[in-house]
Amino acid sequence: MNITDFFLFGILPLLGLAVLLLFIRFLIGPSLADRVIALDLMITVGIGIIVVYSIINDQPTFMDIAMILALIAFLGTLSFSYYLKQKAREDE
Amino acid sequence: MSDFIIALLSTLGTLFILLAALGMLRMPDFYLRVSVATKGGSLGVGLILIAAAIYFSDFGMTTRALAILFFILITAPVSAHLLGRVAYLSKIELWEKTSRDDLRGRYEREKLELKGKKREDEEDEEENSENGQS
Repeated sequence: MNITDFFLFGILPLLGLAVLLLFIRFLIGPSLADRVIALDLMITVGIGIIVVYSIINDQPTFMDIAMILALIAFLGTLSFSYYLKQKAREDE
Repeated sequence: MSDFIIALLSTLGTLFILLAALGMLRMPDFYLRVSVATKGGSLGVGLILIAAAIYFSDFGMTTRALAILFFILITAPVSAHLLGRVAYLSKIELWEKTSRDDLRGRYEREKLELKGKKREDEEDEEENSENGQS
């Protein structure tokens, strides 16, 4: 069995299943913080999917996009936590 | 041999990510979910990145994979800590079976700052001096 086939039929569906489970938590999450942390983990799994995809297609260029996505995920979580903090301050 | 190592590392990473996603769905509390997401997610993606570095076996690709891994390992605890702190400030409830809450009554809700031990001592001193003056 080729390593590319293993990634295509073994690894990638499991990562997709993980994203699906996280999306359920993103939909039903009781508070906004639950949704933010689910979104953060979804982007982290997305980085893994991009890396696996670059292995399958033998295209090393996709790793740059994974790096940029990691940056954007951190900035997004940071700004969401700042927004939640401001909202908690206003509620007091 | 190299293929075997790549398959082993990526399978382990995928299983960790899957367990993290399952924990996100099953955990009863926001704080437990944050814990599961941070540890499982960064470990799983890190193993997949190491597998990619071994697969490409190129200096540039290894550097890129290690840079992404380093960045994830730096930023995941920071964002988890920020979100957990903000969630505690906005009074998201703990699980009812939580055995202890060390931060109970130690946050100044108006300033959104942690009330340290030093600050309590200062307040006591102020109270003492006021009592002495009166």
